[in-house]
Amino acid sequence: MKKQLFFKFLLILVIVALTVIVDMPGGPNLKFWLINKKLDVVQGLDLKGGTHLEYEADFSGTEEKNQETALSGAINVIEKRVNSLGVSEPTITKVSFGDKKGIIIELPGVQDSQEAINIIGKTAKLEFQEPLDDQSSGGGDGFQPGWKKTTLGGEHLVSADVTFTSSQNATSAFNKPQVSLKFNSDGAKLFEQITERNLQKPVAMVLDDSLISSPTVQDVIRTGDAVITGEYTLKEAKQLALQLNSGALPVPLKIVSQRNIGATLGKASIEKSLIAGFVGMGLVMLFIILYYKMLGVIASIALTIYTLLNLAVFKLIPVTLTLAGIAGFILSIGAAVDANILIFERLKEEKLKGKSLREAIDTGFSRAWLSIRDSNMASVITALILIWLGSGIVRGFAITLLIGILISMFSAITVSRTLMFLILRERKTK
Amino acid sequence: MNFLGKKKKWYLVISWIVISIGLACLFVFKLKPGIDFAGGSLIEVDINKQTSINEIKDTLIDEDLPNLNIYQIGERGWILKTKEISEEKKNQTIKSLGKVGETIEKRFESVGPTVSNDLRKKSILAISLATTALIFYIAIAFYRLPKFLSPWKFGLAAIVALAHDLLVVLGAFAIFGHFLGYEIDSLFITAMLTILGFSVHDTIVVFDRIRENFRSDSPVSHLKLEEVANYSIVQTIARSLNTSLTIILVLLAMLVLGGQTLQPFILALLVGMITGTYSSIFIATPLLIYWHKGK
Repeated sequence: MKKQLFFKFLLILVIVALTVIVDMPGGPNLKFWLINKKLDVVQGLDLKGGTHLEYEADFSGTEEKNQETALSGAINVIEKRVNSLGVSEPTITKVSFGDKKGIIIELPGVQDSQEAINIIGKTAKLEFQEPLDDQSSGGGDGFQPGWKKTTLGGEHLVSADVTFTSSQNATSAFNKPQVSLKFNSDGAKLFEQITERNLQKPVAMVLDDSLISSPTVQDVIRTGDAVITGEYTLKEAKQLALQLNSGALPVPLKIVSQRNIGATLGKASIEKSLIAGFVGMGLVMLFIILYYKMLGVIASIALTIYTLLNLAVFKLIPVTLTLAGIAGFILSIGAAVDANILIFERLKEEKLKGKSLREAIDTGFSRAWLSIRDSNMASVITALILIWLGSGIVRGFAITLLIGILISMFSAITVSRTLMFLILRERKTK
Repeated sequence: MNFLGKKKKWYLVISWIVISIGLACLFVFKLKPGIDFAGGSLIEVDINKQTSINEIKDTLIDEDLPNLNIYQIGERGWILKTKEISEEKKNQTIKSLGKVGETIEKRFESVGPTVSNDLRKKSILAISLATTALIFYIAIAFYRLPKFLSPWKFGLAAIVALAHDLLVVLGAFAIFGHFLGYEIDSLFITAMLTILGFSVHDTIVVFDRIRENFRSDSPVSHLKLEEVANYSIVQTIARSLNTSLTIILVLLAMLVLGGQTLQPFILALLVGMITGTYSSIFIATPLLIYWHKGK
């Protein structure tokens, strides 16, 4: 029994050591086997500062079956534009506002939201361009010197799809990815003219003044159906089709919500929250030590380990910490000792019944566990609902609270129990 | 110590009075919806000069901001609330404020009707779901009871106590909204749901003890429900008070030392936790006894 107890204590020490390593600011990143993960506290926009934009997609000009593709295309365009802003770690995600679809864009550190809005709000523009006859002298109005625009554009392209070569075409290998283009009737005529003028020359496809691809014309295309072949991987073919579709299916976007947070505001909030957290934790420890004495010391040690574990989990997952998330973390510190209190009160009762210390500890834990599990389950339920239905800020709070509750159950049952056996055992009397 | 007995109806009377006052305040003052639910725009700035609401109002009169409200935070902090405005309009406004003194933009939030409508629906859904889930959960958690006790009554008593807590918080915020300008936003809904989860903790502790005391090996298993319930409360009151006190301590620390942004949120949690502790003992258990017929 003593050996098993010591083993548990050793396990706790190992866990604590690992969590301290993970918790260290600027500590080592995980680099072993396939994992190469940066360990850092991810700060939400309200702490780091930056711009949060929510757009609703206007699908009034888009057929139902094309809406998903069009939205993906719009996201692709925005990603390119955002990258040109030089923002670190931007996030762009699809979102639903009830029955409406949209995009959420987060730009950490961006203070000039006007520039971001100007760039992002523009509808995508796809152009087909051809080389000048005499490219050596530069000139032209194309994406780079030596090229000029044609009148063929995204509005003429009906769709772009990934297809695979068939055995009919003897000149191509079987089942290779390619991109098929379909033009409308106006586009077919324009494309016929372009291909006539540029046999064996490249024709550029330009999206937002940026070159997507410039395949060489092999034949005059009269039907409005064209195929782009080449050494494409499936992924590359999909990407090309997506880019072309974003020009073919432009989706106007309207801002429905935005938040700009100054960096100083977030910094002040963090400092205040950390102070509040430390003071709150100190008050809790003081209270339980005064009330429960030696048991309170054990609970305080467990609480410290609990806090370290929480922080380590935040870094490992990683959890995006928001201001409300920090509040959830601090709240869970107050709730974490609840399990200990239930156990200690139960322990007292069992002692009053005349049981030995060991028996009292065992019975106290097993009887209290039901109350701990049942009462914490209520908070788990509400946290899960908040995670499912909440937006960014709310979800952050719910996630930290949920993690806190689950870890508190673990540390109360294992850490406190082991410490109690080790410490109280040596004293014989409490 | 006798918590129940003839005094128990007074607990319900007191709560009824408190809730009535809260509801009256709700109807008279009404809750102030934040821009999350009502839509609109909010600009937070620091102006590096002593100024007043009137001066700011006069300076911005040409901007013609619809439904403009101005609040002061600390010495130099100001919050402007309007109907929804564009980024350009916001920039113009801050430029105009430059006439008063050097102006630093700290925060700008704008919510259109698409988002605010969606948030409103989700909030209602979240509260409905949480309440329903908790009723089912408590009924399931207490399904193994002596035959003469009903798990559903346990669940319903707990939920009524929760409803009591939420109504007290709503009433309190009708008052806070009127006098302090506190608003109902996503974080407030979050606080309400968190209160739902935590308030039921103590109720479950008491109910769990009642169930245990009806087991055959308990010295009081032969007594009536009222007597067993009172005995259970005596046994568990220390842990109920202590578990709530630890949470209240951290909330107080956050309220006093934390940032201004979260203060309404923390205050809502604090009111809810305190009320929740009270209602677990003085609402849920008396209701259980009243609804119970027979032994």
